Amino acid sequence: MNKVSRFAVTTAFVLASASSAYAGCGISSGSVRIAGSDFPAIQAVSGAAAACDGGGVSVTVDLNTDHKDRQVAALTANPAEFTSSIVANSTLVALMNDGLARPLDSLVAKHGGDLAKSQLITVDGKIMAVAFMANAQHLFYRKDVLDAAGVGVPSTYEEVLAAAEAIKSKGLMDYPIAGTYKAGWNLGEEFVNMYLGHGGSFFKAGSAEPAINNAKGVATLNMMKALTGYMNPDFLTHDSNAVQAEWEAGNAALTNLWGSRAGAVTDGEGSTAEIESNTMFASAPTVAGGSMPASTLWWDGFTVATNISDEDAEATFQAMMQGVSLDMAKANADKANWLIAGATPQAAGVGVVATAQGGATPYPMLPYMGTMHGAIGGELADFLQGKESAEQALADIEAAYIAAAKEKGFL
Amino acid sequence: MPHRTFIAFLWPSALAMLLFIALPIMSVAMQSFFISHEQVLEVVENCGPFGCTESTQVNQEATARLQEEEPLGRFNGFGTYTNRNHLAFEEIGEVWRTSDGPGAFFSGLMNLPFYKALVFTLTYTFVVTPLVIILGFVIALSVNRLPGLFKGPTIFFSLLPMIVTPLIGSLILFWMIDAKGVIGGTLQIIFDDPDLSLKASPGLTWVTLMVYGVWHSAPFAFVVFYAGLQTVPQDTLESAMIDGATRWQRIRHVVIPHLTPLVVFITLIQLMDNFRVFEPIVGFNAEASATSLSWIIYNDLRSSDGTMLYGSAAATSMLTIVGVCILLAPVIVRTWRANRRAA
Repeated sequence: MNKVSRFAVTTAFVLASASSAYAGCGISSGSVRIAGSDFPAIQAVSGAAAACDGGGVSVTVDLNTDHKDRQVAALTANPAEFTSSIVANSTLVALMNDGLARPLDSLVAKHGGDLAKSQLITVDGKIMAVAFMANAQHLFYRKDVLDAAGVGVPSTYEEVLAAAEAIKSKGLMDYPIAGTYKAGWNLGEEFVNMYLGHGGSFFKAGSAEPAINNAKGVATLNMMKALTGYMNPDFLTHDSNAVQAEWEAGNAALTNLWGSRAGAVTDGEGSTAEIESNTMFASAPTVAGGSMPASTLWWDGFTVATNISDEDAEATFQAMMQGVSLDMAKANADKANWLIAGATPQAAGVGVVATAQGGATPYPMLPYMGTMHGAIGGELADFLQGKESAEQALADIEAAYIAAAKEKGFL
Repeated sequence: MPHRTFIAFLWPSALAMLLFIALPIMSVAMQSFFISHEQVLEVVENCGPFGCTESTQVNQEATARLQEEEPLGRFNGFGTYTNRNHLAFEEIGEVWRTSDGPGAFFSGLMNLPFYKALVFTLTYTFVVTPLVIILGFVIALSVNRLPGLFKGPTIFFSLLPMIVTPLIGSLILFWMIDAKGVIGGTLQIIFDDPDLSLKASPGLTWVTLMVYGVWHSAPFAFVVFYAGLQTVPQDTLESAMIDGATRWQRIRHVVIPHLTPLVVFITLIQLMDNFRVFEPIVGFNAEASATSLSWIIYNDLRSSDGTMLYGSAAATSMLTIVGVCILLAPVIVRTWRANRRAA
């Protein structure tokens, strides 16, 4: 090899390494391991962050539908299995209960230039997570079916029942309402939504003592039972996937489903054009004369693990900043309601926006809320199957919660 | 055998059993006597996309200090065993005092999660085990009579339900029994009831789970009995035929006595397996209508939002072990007596 060609080869190497430094998003070195739940919005965020892979930085992504069940164990390890866990309101609490997410104040000050103030999740004055999307359960309705039944878009659950009765009595559908009533977490979430819509509170003020066995709790259960009267009799086995399938098959005309499914039921796949073009979104209904939509607001955001080196933490934060950039939000406008500054709201996101504007409250971020949620999801099925009274079901929930909360040291 | 040789042969398996069976069980037993520390709570301000609120959180440093002092948690004795989510002594006393008849007492009992699960687990065990043995025996007898050409393929297809992973098998059946699935739809036509759903009522869910259990386990009994049938003494059978015994009499008085040790073996294995029924409940999304002891353990360990109940799971595990021991005791005692008589 002569001198000229050796020079050329060297230059090529230098250029190549320079361009890979560019691919690293300005991160000099470190290991970034992102983990989260597996749905399109999080795929987009982690995908954009993974583009930083190269040079001295390695970025790996591991998404799993059961992420919330593995994250505590994975981040408890030292060094942690993942450097960033993508969380929501309730799952951040689980990390914070064990001190597994590190405060991000210094990293936000150094690298968080583009973040809107509303994206910063601060607890006790410390930034614990950076939110990038909002989610809420809200009303999905079939315009053609409601028109044929001669009813307007319901804005309260009483109107939902009336509309369902009209659809059923005209013989348009056997089971006009669909709901995520699968025993367990889903059923618990439906109760939380409806109970907050009734203006109820779960605990005695300032303590972990349960306080749901009251008139609002009974009214909540009676409304849920009335709704199930218009649902497919298998409702206790229906989760979000099943409800989406029912919807796309044209078996239901009204449902209070997750905003993150709005894009999926109007994406031109898995359903007919007639059903998709008539699928409309509105705020979650109010209930019992209340003014607040019976739904909870959720955000999804990223955290940085405690049990990793400061170098990896910085690299992780920088990569995730790339993941939640405005470019990513623009390229994936239809996948979520991005909270990212400058992003335009998605067309299918009107339901989430309307629910938030209607004054729905965020899902309670209390250390013992997860225990309560579990107790609700486990004890409600008996009531909905008609095996016990509403008062008995509420008493059972409180008793199951107290036993679990004592074991967890909250009581 | 000299003691030295005996010990030399025994020690590797004794060591493995100690390491992989005895120690983990002791660790679980230990865990079941402890509960989490009292959480140190503080009120702080939370801010996010939807505004600021006052909220309660766990104080990290104080909790970490507590954990360092006592890594196992607080000692609770048998507290976890007797609380409402397990044996519920107090609640049972309450139900006993307030109920006015056996019906009311039983429905009060079924309202407690542990007993609800126990009733399903026992029903499942005592319905599925005999059915598996009878069905497996009948299949073995039928296959044994087939001409040689058909035997191989028939055995292969009969074994399929056992080869399918339980979770996958139940998940596939879950969709087939859906009101719009092939089995669910056919049943609606047969019973002429367009609202019939196997997933909706607890009774039908129980039936579905048990039918699945028999379908899944019958091949195991079949294959054991089939192997046993090959060893039935032909001389005895022939002399029975000469004496004019019918086919039923030959089965009743020659084949069944010959296979009795196998019945004991299958009963033991099936009692243990069925008492731990778990996968079909997850696969059929049946937790609203049917829960088992194993499902309770699973539920405690995967509670959403990271609120795992390790003590609860450990206590239920210990109770399951006790349950298995009680179930197997009669069979094992019988076998031991029979062996002693033989010796």
